[in-house]
Amino acid sequence: MVDPAKQQDPGGKRQPVPPFPGGEAPETLIGYYRQMALIRRFELTADQMYKRAKIGGYCHLNLGEEASVVGLMAALKPRDYLFTNYRDHGYALARGMEAGAVMAELFGKTTGVSKGRGGSMHLFDTETRMLGGYGIVGGQIPPATGAALALTYRGEPGPEAEAVMCQLGDGTTNIGAFHESLNLAAVWHLPIVYVIINNGLGMATTVKAASGEPELYKRGCSYRIPGERVDGNDVLAVRDAATRALERARMEREPFLLELLSSRLRGHSVVDPARYRSRQDVEEAQEADPVPAFRARLLDSGLLDESGAQQIDTEARKQVEDAVAFADAGPDPTPDQLFDYAYATPVANSPNTLPGEPVTGIPHPAKKEPR
Amino acid sequence: MTAITYRQALNDALRSELLRDENVILLGEEIGLFEGSYKITAGLLTEFGPRRVLDTPIAEEGFVGAAIGAAMLGMRPVVEIMTLNFSLIAIDQIVNHAAKIHGMFGGQSSVPLVIRMPGGGGQQLAATHSQNLEVWYAHIPGLKVVAPSSPADAKALLVAAIRDDDPVIFLENLALYNTQGEVPEGNHVVEIGKASVLKEGRDISVITYSRSTTVALEVARQLESEGIFLEVVDLRSLRPLDRETVCASVRKTGRAVVLEDDWLSYGIGAEISATLMEGAFDYLDAPVRRVAAAEVPLPYAKPLENAALPTAKDLIRVIREQLDATGFTR
Ligand SMILES: Cc1ncc(C[n+]2csc(CCOP(=O)(O)OP(=O)(O)O)c2C)c(N)n1
Ligand SMILES: [Mg+2]
Repeated sequence: MVDPAKQQDPGGKRQPVPPFPGGEAPETLIGYYRQMALIRRFELTADQMYKRAKIGGYCHLNLGEEASVVGLMAALKPRDYLFTNYRDHGYALARGMEAGAVMAELFGKTTGVSKGRGGSMHLFDTETRMLGGYGIVGGQIPPATGAALALTYRGEPGPEAEAVMCQLGDGTTNIGAFHESLNLAAVWHLPIVYVIINNGLGMATTVKAASGEPELYKRGCSYRIPGERVDGNDVLAVRDAATRALERARMEREPFLLELLSSRLRGHSVVDPARYRSRQDVEEAQEADPVPAFRARLLDSGLLDESGAQQIDTEARKQVEDAVAFADAGPDPTPDQLFDYAYATPVANSPNTLPGEPVTGIPHPAKKEPR
Repeated sequence: MTAITYRQALNDALRSELLRDENVILLGEEIGLFEGSYKITAGLLTEFGPRRVLDTPIAEEGFVGAAIGAAMLGMRPVVEIMTLNFSLIAIDQIVNHAAKIHGMFGGQSSVPLVIRMPGGGGQQLAATHSQNLEVWYAHIPGLKVVAPSSPADAKALLVAAIRDDDPVIFLENLALYNTQGEVPEGNHVVEIGKASVLKEGRDISVITYSRSTTVALEVARQLESEGIFLEVVDLRSLRPLDRETVCASVRKTGRAVVLEDDWLSYGIGAEISATLMEGAFDYLDAPVRRVAAAEVPLPYAKPLENAALPTAKDLIRVIREQLDATGFTR
């Protein structure tokens, strides 16, 4: 019999595994694992698909951040709004977008969540109120703040109120948009939770090298925005902290800054071999990997047996295989659709010409009558 | 019809839209208590209160971006940026976000946002406060850019911009705020994307927009007494550009001068010239000429400022050169 407070990790080291607190519904906990397993499988598959050139451009994975993603999305209600950075696949899946439509977006298909216009970095879905992954560092923060402003024009504060969650990376706390936005949220008393995923790195740059205040949850102090640092590998701690912060946003209409400590298991994006990382750093990240840890915790606590866990893993694999099949089957957009979404309100004289076509609408050459 | 100032026309448009649609909100630095740096929003805080008229901190990137997010949730924010020069602080939000959100997310969210700001030199504000950077925005698909020259168009286009579901850059001009003009009562509609032939004439087309339009009209009056008839085309909308109206005018007159307040290289005139090469080449009796600002950071000292900015005199000289070169006879 395995000691439930310990977990055997692949390296043979023993790590303490806390038992689950009372009151956690087993189906909920298993549901978290199901989501984490899906994200893990999705990201590993995205990596393969990139290498097979089915995916182009930049592609950033949530590998190592699954517990943070799932914990945050467990706290976020369907009525809430979510803005994220470009490392957004996991959020889209946990928020409830179809894996097939997410993969189709990565494949650039019309069946993708953003109709193939955005790609990996720009997942968007009005239905689930995920109002975008954003590829410009910090770009999502002012619009997320403005979404929270809009919420103050509809409905009153209270337990059922809507709120906004804005995810960002550790490196992003150094950009002006972050600071301007926090200040606005403070002076306007906005119902928003800013969540810093502190995976220790912005590409190759460490937090220490980049941030004058490396305890990032303290960076709201200039704006009197309270902050909290939480273990991002602990899905329940993440969920609970985010729930408290969202509660404050709903009830008091005040912003909060939540910092989640996590690790990036791979390079910055799929093409980055991350040679700048020390062996020790990588090993530590692998040891802290939240997916096998949570799986072990479920097994140790007796909520799940090995065959049940394997079944979940198999289902995740199947779901992602289906997602790839769906993405493959989707039609590529065609050139006649190029201008479809350029503007929301059509106006006169919109320049809808392809390269080399006449812009004046006059056949070449514009000949006058001889005189 | 009554004659009012360009400033009053803008104020009227804002007020009527605030009354019409409760989703319209105004945001900007000093637009409330101070009533706007150029008093465009005078009286609106008092009438509509701080929920509809928001004074913002000095944070152009932050509040322009916040207006984008509010627009995504169905508000119709009208942002005032004190002058166009300061919009450069917000350019990431304008170009990388406002202009992209509808297209990049497959049409799922529109951004019904208006950004009002005055450009223009000639006020001895020196280099950083005197720019005409309209092409920066007119270059960007996803944005619409209008630059009205008269109180009537200012009012009608501001209303159109607020009701439009896309981000509209609404370009004002410091030198226009006190100009007067007749403004039709009620809902006079001007479509975004359409130029206007303000004065018909057979001899030469002057293509212009915003403040320069007033200069062109003045020159047209002056030259008419000499028997020279200018056709004045006011672009009004810089994106989309009404190429057809421009080309039709030049196909009629055979001569074209662009009068513009921005810098010459890569400016509005460059785009108009290229358009005419394509749409009126065979009708041109002479190469298109451009009268634009001298390419320097605009100096403070008046004689230098005057030398750098295009004037009526410059326009008249170039018109005469065009006419002489093409054997013009009255
Ligand atoms: C304004 C801007 N500058 C630089 C980049 C390039 N870039 C993309 S991601 C990134 C690092 C961001 O790190 P962090 O905020 O920690 O997020 P993480 O990638 O770790 O999730 C950089 C520099 C960008 N996309 N936008
Ligand atoms: Mg990081």
